[in-house]
Amino acid sequence: MIRIVELHKSFRENHVLRGVNLEIAKGETRVICGQSGSGKSVLIKTLIGLMKPDRGQIWVDGVEITSLSEEELFKIRRKFGLLFQNAALFDSLTVEENVRFGLERYTNLSPAEIQRRVKEALELVGLRGVEKLMPHELSGGMKKRVGLARAIAYRPQIILYDEPSTGIDPIRADAINDLIIAMKKEIGVTSIVITHDMVSAYKVADRISMLYQGKIIATGTPDEIRKTVNPIVRQFITGSAVGPIKEY
Amino acid sequence: MNRGKGWLEPLFVFLENLGEIGLLTWKTLKNIFRPPWEKSIFIQQLEEIGVRSLPVVSLTAAFGGLVFGLQTYIGFHRYVGPGSEAYGGPIISLGLSKELIPILVGLMVAGRVGSAMTAEIGTMKITEQIDALFSLGADPNKYLVVPRTVAAFFMLPCLTLYGDVIGMLGGFVYNIMIMGVNSSIYLKNTLLYFELWDLITGLIKASIFGLIIALVGCWQGLKAEGGAAGVGRATTRSVVISSIVILMVNFFLSKVLPASLSQ
Ligand SMILES: Nc1ncnc2c1ncn2[C@@H]1O[C@H](COP(=O)(O)OP(=O)(O)O)[C@@H](O)[C@H]1O
Ligand SMILES: [Mg+2]
Repeated sequence: MIRIVELHKSFRENHVLRGVNLEIAKGETRVICGQSGSGKSVLIKTLIGLMKPDRGQIWVDGVEITSLSEEELFKIRRKFGLLFQNAALFDSLTVEENVRFGLERYTNLSPAEIQRRVKEALELVGLRGVEKLMPHELSGGMKKRVGLARAIAYRPQIILYDEPSTGIDPIRADAINDLIIAMKKEIGVTSIVITHDMVSAYKVADRISMLYQGKIIATGTPDEIRKTVNPIVRQFITGSAVGPIKEY
Repeated sequence: MNRGKGWLEPLFVFLENLGEIGLLTWKTLKNIFRPPWEKSIFIQQLEEIGVRSLPVVSLTAAFGGLVFGLQTYIGFHRYVGPGSEAYGGPIISLGLSKELIPILVGLMVAGRVGSAMTAEIGTMKITEQIDALFSLGADPNKYLVVPRTVAAFFMLPCLTLYGDVIGMLGGFVYNIMIMGVNSSIYLKNTLLYFELWDLITGLIKASIFGLIIALVGCWQGLKAEGGAAGVGRATTRSVVISSIVILMVNFFLSKVLPASLSQ
């Protein structure tokens, strides 16, 4: 379904991705963890063509997307739903208009059906009666959940969650874990979840990969990761300041 | 290409910018004819550019007309002689409708609307809302640039026509009501020598100024980076660039467009 080969991306002197290789099966939930600033957000932005990689290939459903034209990219992107790390809601639109955005423009659904889907998406993320509010009237956690509703409303085949639980209280965060699991079970979506939260990672992941110094240094099931002997992964998952990772 | 620090650097930067704005213009023109059209944003922009600019245009056009009337009066009085001031009518109308009003409207709207476009789109850029548009499969060019460009293209001539009326009234008020020039000679000469084409020339210019303001405004917004300060810099650049380009393009249009259609 998704295959990333030798992906490189730099910003001037800052070589962020240094040969990422990643393969994600259809219907799989893959957690990617790694330190802040390790390039996780950059990785998913290149994956949906928001950033052009310097080198490497990205295959989505058998199509190599780094060489696609702008036009073709727009079509591919509609397979994806992306929850931005800081929600990135359209601040001149209401909550409802935000969630409706993709449905309205790129589906042939009737207005009533759109209305229903918007409501359903908001309910899935635990929001009621906020349709008419503007983004600046919401708390950080609520924004994030509206962002999630917007990403899932048009039922994409692949959902990318950039730190879904950051900035959300633990109970809501666990509800989002359940949502990620439900999206997989009920709709069969493929998910990539970026998170630092290992509890959530163990709960939702089929497999976990760790991004470190621009490369994927380990991949395994939650059990394998928990029992890993790799010292870098150990240090990260146990959240210790002592170990081979010196820069933080 | 090796882009060293040589003296050619400014030239490369200039060409790069020219390429960017050229590409944006081309994309926008292509997208104008492709659905889906963002009707509600278009209408919102018509209001923002047109209706909300009326106070500013009224004031600048009125005082532009007054001062143009004043200097024309002095000119005739001094060089042709007392009593000839009423011949100033067609000169005032011509100067206002062909040059002064389109330029005043262009510069005012660049300051009022072009800057707002850059600030709004620039803020969207740095808060990842542009990325969010892309991620939803929506083209920011279609969603943001096209409605603004088309709205500016239609609204600038409307504002200019309105400004022409106000400006000519200003010239009339100064000459007739303040200086006591003979109103029937003033009006007769104006109607005799002023051509519809003079008015149209100004409106054509204004449409082109509208394109410049919107395209430069959106272009600077879309390439904004570096936080709030970056958006501030982009906004300043947007106004400076579109103002300069308006003045330069105005000269060439004056040169290229025929002075009169009746000869
Ligand atoms: N648009 C950008 N321009 C320049 N540098 C960037 C940009 N986006 C990200 N970076 C840099 O890339 C690195 C990885 O960032 P990011 O992917 O956001 O990290 P994280 O793993 O925390 O999501 C950081 O050093 C950041 O400074
Ligand atoms: Mg990140």
